[in-house]
Amino acid sequence: MKIWVPMDSAAKALGADEVADAIAAQVGPDVRIIRNGSRGMVWLEPLVEIDRGDGRVAYGPVTPDDVAALLDGTLESLGRVEDIPFFARQTRLTFARCGVIDPLDLDDYAAHGGLVGLRRAIGMTGADIVQEVTDSGLRGRGGAGFPTGIKWKTVHDAPADQKYIVCNADEGDSGTFADRMIMEGDPFTLIEGMAIAGLAVGATRGYVYLRSEYPDAIAVMNAAVRIARQRGVLGADVLGSGRAFDMEIRVGAGAYVCGEETSLLNSLEGKRGVVRAKPPLPALEGFFGKPTVVNNVISLATVPVILEKGAQHYADFGLGRSRGTVTLQIAGNVRRGGLFETAFGVSLGEVVNDIGGGTLSGRPVKAVQVGGPLGAYMPVSKFDTPMGYEEFDKNGGLIGHAGLVVFDDTADMLQMARFAMEFCAVESCGKCTPCRIGAVRGVETIDRIAAGDAAAADLLTDLCEVMKDGSLCALGGFTPFPVMSALTQFPDDFATAKEAAE
Amino acid sequence: MLDQAPAPDDIRDLVTPLVGLEGPLLPMLHAIQAEWGHVPQAAVPVLADLLNLGVAEVHGVVSFYHDFRKEPAGRHMLKICRAEACQSVGGNAMAQRMLDRLGVDWHGTTRDGAVTVEPVYCLGMCACGPAVMLDDRVIGRVDEARMERLMTQVGA
Repeated sequence: MKIWVPMDSAAKALGADEVADAIAAQVGPDVRIIRNGSRGMVWLEPLVEIDRGDGRVAYGPVTPDDVAALLDGTLESLGRVEDIPFFARQTRLTFARCGVIDPLDLDDYAAHGGLVGLRRAIGMTGADIVQEVTDSGLRGRGGAGFPTGIKWKTVHDAPADQKYIVCNADEGDSGTFADRMIMEGDPFTLIEGMAIAGLAVGATRGYVYLRSEYPDAIAVMNAAVRIARQRGVLGADVLGSGRAFDMEIRVGAGAYVCGEETSLLNSLEGKRGVVRAKPPLPALEGFFGKPTVVNNVISLATVPVILEKGAQHYADFGLGRSRGTVTLQIAGNVRRGGLFETAFGVSLGEVVNDIGGGTLSGRPVKAVQVGGPLGAYMPVSKFDTPMGYEEFDKNGGLIGHAGLVVFDDTADMLQMARFAMEFCAVESCGKCTPCRIGAVRGVETIDRIAAGDAAAADLLTDLCEVMKDGSLCALGGFTPFPVMSALTQFPDDFATAKEAAE
Repeated sequence: MLDQAPAPDDIRDLVTPLVGLEGPLLPMLHAIQAEWGHVPQAAVPVLADLLNLGVAEVHGVVSFYHDFRKEPAGRHMLKICRAEACQSVGGNAMAQRMLDRLGVDWHGTTRDGAVTVEPVYCLGMCACGPAVMLDDRVIGRVDEARMERLMTQVGA
């Protein structure tokens, strides 16, 4: 008999370790306990799976007190994992192995399609790998949505004695946890993706810049890199190809702005994490001035499946110019929160109401913030917006890293707008004035609105214009998204205080 | 974790093996903080000398990042998430209750030195908030019962 108990940090945060200990204390040596990644159904965590010979049957949420019943078969099951509707409806490409395999078992990884992409890439020229990624239509999953293949081509074509692959794992956006989940649940996918990127552009060194708030992911990634090196996936002779690629995990230090690629590079170099002006692009002058691919975790972790199944297989999913799958993170005040991977094109309302099951509190949905702290608050009236880069842009929002935070009708949108400005003020790197000063003035101006100053709303709109047009990076430039969407979509929350004062 | 300030030679011995890294300063600062619980002032000239940087430059790096502390924290570090996803499930009220219970404000340390409370903006627990991190352990869906257990653990 095999039993799987996730070691994903969300599962652990809900008691998975205690459940695993209780199981270990009550079973004999014939039972194998595997600590897997999460299947992404966070509302069911800790989700325990048992294979008694007829597939993996799920139980959850399991508490240590349930373990006796779990083991003697009297605990009510959720059925086979693959049959749970939330799971059955997904198209899992990037997350195909997450939760299925033992994250640190390279053989298990290879038995589930791992390393096929890298082996194929070894037989290709760099230019052909770049073309394959371009043809897949993959765009940067960190939020900017820039075509990954084009970025790689720039680095491929740049002459240099040393190039780098840098993975942006500084997943600081509230409402997002896909990077964390894949690093904890299928770390070799990211390693394989970075190795393929290295072969494609001619880079022999890679770094993962991983935020310090993710101690579990740091531990898993470090262990996975050691194993990959021992087994010849990384090193001077990648899988016997005669070509070199090695990588290191670097830990951030609590600065949100280091998720911006140029400040990430400065931080990696050991400097203050201030933003650099572009141009020069990091693709030409990146880490220590060398041509550097900077990609988000999900972008890089998606590369192996593209190489494994071919560009067309990936590109066949999606909508318009948003090809492939989107790894939605359904979060906040929601009944069924978790990771949901599906083709682009599903509507926001379907995600929140149908897949997510509406609010956890049972109250009506008021707003959904899509794309992290720099994303717009989408009102229910915009629920027919399809998940796609251009589609969201047209509706005054952005999909960003595809995190969705659901709020019920108790949310005070003036306070949420204030928080967005406050957050920007705390996290601003200080390099450009619109962000450094604008965010502080933004908090003050929203306080004036709250105190009943009718003229302050126009001032806030004006300020947001300046921040949007004049900031060096997305922190100052996109903070107006949550602020202005709150002000324009939920004017009542800004008017009540005003009227009360009059 | 030692409370007294380390000698410059001890700092140098700790970080010297990292000199060969590309961009070694952050790994060095993390190593120092892991060893002594903070980045003491004495470390700044040592690092500047080792890396051929100005003292002001090293100070600028140390002071830029939220993680690096000028003085040791309490015996436990409690990081409470203040980000939007946790707010949507009552995170603000829960945070306030914990601060009140401990009798501190953000960044404060309880008088007995048991715990320091810091805000954190997202722990990646956005589908199971409100979330906190006690030392290196994350706790999700913090309700009254979990909060009570937490408070007992930190001796409040």
